[in-house]
Amino acid sequence: MDGSFLGGLAIVFLAAVITNNILLTRFLGMCSFIAISRSMRNAWYMGLTVVFVTVCTALINYGIYFGVLVEGAPLLQTDLTYLTFIIFIAMIAAFVQLVEMIIERFSSRLYSALGIYLPLITVNCAILGVNLFMIEPDMDISFLQSAIYALGSGLGFLLAICLMAGLRSKLEAADVPAPLRGLGITMIITGLMAMAFMGFTGMVQQ
Amino acid sequence: MGIKTACSGCGAKEWLQPVKDGGGSENPVLRHALGVCSALAVTGFVSTTLVMAASLLFVASMSCLLVSLIRKIIPHQVRLIAQMLIVSTLVIMVHLYLQAYHFEMSRSLGPYVGLIITNCLILGRTEAYAIRNRPLASFLDGFGSALGYAVVLLAIAVMRETLGRGTLLGHAVMPEGYMPVMLLSSAPGAFFALGAVAWIVKAITGNAEPAGGCCATAAGPHEQGGV
Repeated sequence: MDGSFLGGLAIVFLAAVITNNILLTRFLGMCSFIAISRSMRNAWYMGLTVVFVTVCTALINYGIYFGVLVEGAPLLQTDLTYLTFIIFIAMIAAFVQLVEMIIERFSSRLYSALGIYLPLITVNCAILGVNLFMIEPDMDISFLQSAIYALGSGLGFLLAICLMAGLRSKLEAADVPAPLRGLGITMIITGLMAMAFMGFTGMVQQ
Repeated sequence: MGIKTACSGCGAKEWLQPVKDGGGSENPVLRHALGVCSALAVTGFVSTTLVMAASLLFVASMSCLLVSLIRKIIPHQVRLIAQMLIVSTLVIMVHLYLQAYHFEMSRSLGPYVGLIITNCLILGRTEAYAIRNRPLASFLDGFGSALGYAVVLLAIAVMRETLGRGTLLGHAVMPEGYMPVMLLSSAPGAFFALGAVAWIVKAITGNAEPAGGCCATAAGPHEQGGV
């Protein structure tokens, strides 16, 4: 395990969190971003749930994709990549259902905190997005890198949604023109945030 | 989300009501903040937007139709998974078609075609309308919502491509010496463009109601109140 190996992982991580932020540059997970960012506490829980589910499903789906679906994969020789979408989404939905059942069984406190976010997670495009970006031909990443990539993307989502929740709590005191309220002002603030994140461009050389 | 009940023996006007609502007053993108992800991601060029809008029209109307056809045999507990499987099957069809006949387009859209599956517009319509209404009405409802989505996307795309790159569908349209507004073709520009469109439409129509949270139908009760 030499320095360049760890350096490579650090680059994948930083790129996923900052320069290629899943929300601000890839536009994924916008729906829950808009719906949940009204209070800091909810944003924090939603973000944590996204981090957890993204990492777990990315690892499982990486295994399925490169172990079964790809042509000449170890387990099945046939090219089944056309099934990717349906298997990935079924996997995510099943995983979320499983997590919900486990949490409900073992920690009612955690369940009451996270319960309402879990069904939302299934249709959160950030999760499916990370899974699909991971298998893009030009990504070409190893199992460990994909774990780091998923972790970074999840944390990037957490960062963005918490920043937004903070901004929106400040915004409550502001006098926003009536037609601009709601989607309009949210989008414009997000645009400003995306511009701020663009300042990091070039920090990570890929 | 306007849940309308289709009465028996409806006239043409009532059949077309979902289409009208989806395109105008109940516009999914502007009123309910549904499907915002791809509204931002694919609007850099008008050509990618057109393909995306056509794909969404197909998937939304067909999935509403199919969900409505089998609505009586889907058990209530597994309805979300059943809906998602229907939607993903349709998306796979679109993806394979694009790969076979429009390979360049398929490459430039990348994973965003696959992400139609999680476009909450579709799941929102199947869950809120198609699961309890008759097939033809559901088909039109899905078509109408997708049409409203397409209109907003096209407006943003035309704005971003002409001003941001000085072209329209790849042809130069702006006068000689026009300096493209780089901001609009970049990622933050997408947010600004959608914000501006939402602002203008709201200022004209005067709808002051807060946009409901997306995917609310899937999650049950959701947070209420404006920004």
